[in-house]
Amino acid sequence: MRITLTVNGDRVEQDVPPNVLLVDLLRDTCELTGAKVGCDTGQCGTCVVRLGDRSVKSCQMLAVQADGAEVTTVEGLSGDGELTPLQEALWEEHGAQCGFCVPGMVMSLTDLLERDSAPDEQAIRAGIAGNLCRCTGYGAVVRAVQKAVKDKS
Amino acid sequence: MTTETFGAGLKDRDVPAMLRGDTTFTSDLRLPGMLHMEFVRSEHGHARIDGIDTAEAREMPGVVTVVTGEDLAGKLMPMPCIWIPGGVESHFPPHPYGVPGAGPVLAEGVVRFIGEPVAAVVAETAEQARAAARKVAVAYTPLAAVTTPRQALAEGAPQLHDAVPGNLNALWTCGDAERTDAAIAEAEVVVELDLYNQRTINNPMEPRAAVGDYDPVKDEYTLYATTQSPHNHRFLLSALVLGIPFNKLRVIAPPIGGSFGTKGYLYPDMPLVLFLARTLGRPVRWADTREGLMRSTVQGRDHLQHVTLAGTRDGRITALRCTSYANLGAYPSTIGPGVATALMGRSVTGPYAIPNAFCEVHAVFTNTVPLGAQRGSGRAEATTITERVLDLYAKEIGADPAEVRLRNMVPPDRFPYENGLGWTYDSGDYAAALRRALELADYSKLEVLRREARERGKLLGVGIGSFVAICGVGPSTRMQAEGMLGGTWESANIRVHPNGEVAATIGSTSTGQSHTTTFAQIVASELGIDPSAVTIFQADTQKAPYGQGTYGSRSYSVGGPALALAARQVIAKMRTAAAHFLGVPEDQVEYADGTFSVPGREGASKTFQDMAMALWYGWSLPPGMEPTLDVTTFFDPPDFNYPYGSHLAVVEIDETTGELEIVRYVAVHDVGPIGNPLVVNGQFEGSIAHGLGQALMERARYDETGALLTADLTTYAMPRAHDIPRFVMDTTETPSPHNPLGVKGAGEIATVPVTAAVANAVCDALREAGVRHLDMPYTPEKIWRAIREAKG
Repeated sequence: MRITLTVNGDRVEQDVPPNVLLVDLLRDTCELTGAKVGCDTGQCGTCVVRLGDRSVKSCQMLAVQADGAEVTTVEGLSGDGELTPLQEALWEEHGAQCGFCVPGMVMSLTDLLERDSAPDEQAIRAGIAGNLCRCTGYGAVVRAVQKAVKDKS
Repeated sequence: MTTETFGAGLKDRDVPAMLRGDTTFTSDLRLPGMLHMEFVRSEHGHARIDGIDTAEAREMPGVVTVVTGEDLAGKLMPMPCIWIPGGVESHFPPHPYGVPGAGPVLAEGVVRFIGEPVAAVVAETAEQARAAARKVAVAYTPLAAVTTPRQALAEGAPQLHDAVPGNLNALWTCGDAERTDAAIAEAEVVVELDLYNQRTINNPMEPRAAVGDYDPVKDEYTLYATTQSPHNHRFLLSALVLGIPFNKLRVIAPPIGGSFGTKGYLYPDMPLVLFLARTLGRPVRWADTREGLMRSTVQGRDHLQHVTLAGTRDGRITALRCTSYANLGAYPSTIGPGVATALMGRSVTGPYAIPNAFCEVHAVFTNTVPLGAQRGSGRAEATTITERVLDLYAKEIGADPAEVRLRNMVPPDRFPYENGLGWTYDSGDYAAALRRALELADYSKLEVLRREARERGKLLGVGIGSFVAICGVGPSTRMQAEGMLGGTWESANIRVHPNGEVAATIGSTSTGQSHTTTFAQIVASELGIDPSAVTIFQADTQKAPYGQGTYGSRSYSVGGPALALAARQVIAKMRTAAAHFLGVPEDQVEYADGTFSVPGREGASKTFQDMAMALWYGWSLPPGMEPTLDVTTFFDPPDFNYPYGSHLAVVEIDETTGELEIVRYVAVHDVGPIGNPLVVNGQFEGSIAHGLGQALMERARYDETGALLTADLTTYAMPRAHDIPRFVMDTTETPSPHNPLGVKGAGEIATVPVTAAVANAVCDALREAGVRHLDMPYTPEKIWRAIREAKG
């Protein structure tokens, strides 16, 4: 099927078999390997991207379902290598260790902060309930979001 | 050291790329013309292979080749095992070169665990390889399986390997059985406990991956892989599996997405992608799925233990005897048999001075995924059983568990302390760390909390986990005695460029521990320069001199000192040259903050950059001095190092639902001087969360046929953000005398006491409900059932 979508502001027009997952289209065709494949069942959250105004696990969607949509991956979050305030806070608080869950974590947290500009700790933890991290124990991630919120206010 | 860089909480310099999604992991690599490999894995725990029909798979779109074990005969050798139980006879068919064997690359005639690779399919795309792999028809005759050591050791049990009668790989012992039994026989109090430390799956977020590339013009192979030990794997793969010259294989470990022990092992995909890249003339990529990982990457823990503790009525422990049945899985993994025996067995006396101790480990083959390392491996299993039985002892004599611990801990004036099982503890004040934990937990007031909880209908429990963890593997000769095939030194190289920039290369490989930052801090501190002038290179056998790898919390405490020693040699050479240029004896030259100066002689100075340039030019050097600064060092520590600490968990249990909440968690560690608190605290927090996963929810389950019932993340629980409480943490600092930085391992030690602390807390809470002991994981259902059963 021929689909047209916007990925990080660039128009992508592509013939894709109907069984190709959005995450594979992003990784293999668009060569955007920020989104990862960490599980086979939609549990880990390493593939989270933004689709229009919501965040989705891109392994749980077919590429054809994204026809006409605007997709933002972690690579498209900020221009010219700049970090967003959230990303800066994650760096300062050591909210990333191995880095494999980080793109999905960043996308979920970005989504959370757009919906709730001052989430409390419980809301932060709930906001990343779909993102597994085996390295940090989540504490530094929570502190980073709190820092980003505090710095903004 | 001349600057404050060591000890500063510098941000990890690799993180910005991670945050932008720009970090290229192995599975992100795309080489021109790259093919994709997929495994056909065994669908049985134990079965004879009657035939493999690849015809249909070969006809599938995009398929380039399909290989089976038969196709590899005479082309790839079996895998080696490099850590067998030391000092005892170990049973498994040897590798053709006489070293211990670890089984074939692809199954030959029989499959022995549920994920064992039977065939490999290579196609133009990963999707095509997957589709074709499903079309490989393997005819099996299922065989009776055994999944626990008890079953495997039973008379008439199904046999996994013809050469291993009774499925027993080794019966390994340490300590003095006779003395220990005598002490138990005459003791005032004897407490016994059976405990099952369940099998876990490490589950780093990045599944393993490998890309093989072959250059026919140069006859050179390159392996990109998720490996913690590129140098060691280069040696093992070239010499013992592929049979190619060492010089023809380069191993590169791209950034690794977590490992926790699992990626230090050799796996079939590694030789296979290289072999196929050569035979097919194109790069071959393999990237595991989560299910594949759970069915084939080494698993952790899995010890069935019986412990006997003897002591006096007034709380002095006189003897400890432990018998453990370690479930090795179907094959010896690369270092699994050693992990399951020595790392566990020698550690069971914990931080206590126990005059009589003995431990035996029965290492047993079963039809399960091979056993390997899991964060804190061996030491966590030892700590859990010892700390649990110690609590039962305290209850038995009506003493406070904290007091019993404090009374029996090795006192600071007894170091170096031989624990009677083979470890010699280096340094510490174990009681001080426990006292600090008690203080932070407000221990004396916890009984008030218990009563308050009771009024709310909740059962409150308090549990302590005190530990000492052998780290910094290790002295090479000592590890030889432990049965390890290979040296365990570490290496470093420092080159000072003409402008004063520094390239430092280490033999170990980061799997998420911020090596490029923390090692740069060591170099910068030692050289008295800014860390931004230092670049760390790692994880490429063509760049680093040599190295053994990242495991056993050894990178920083064995590799770090190598780097410090190299830096000291750099400064020594610069000082000699500076004295020569300044026309003074060497002992008059001082070095601080990047400048060599002569006290009392105004203006007589040379900067680090001056000396870098001078040695680069090589003009008018002292007689006999070689130009440039390029130093390689090797550090083989005189002994291990032993970080320690105490954790304290307070849990509340809802008696009606079995739900458990951790209401307080305190952790005090001593890892010697801390080079970067931001990074080390991150290691501590992550380690505790990892331990909580095992304590609260994780368990790999097999059915009686060897089918893995928990082969995905819907059936195998891992902690999520809302499962992990906040931790109250502190450190004490006792340097290790066994390396020039005084540092001790820090990457995994905080996992070691977690299951002990939580198990003690849960069992303390459940005591009131009539439960003496309950095994992990403490799921609400399990707790609820235990309470119901105890109440009859």
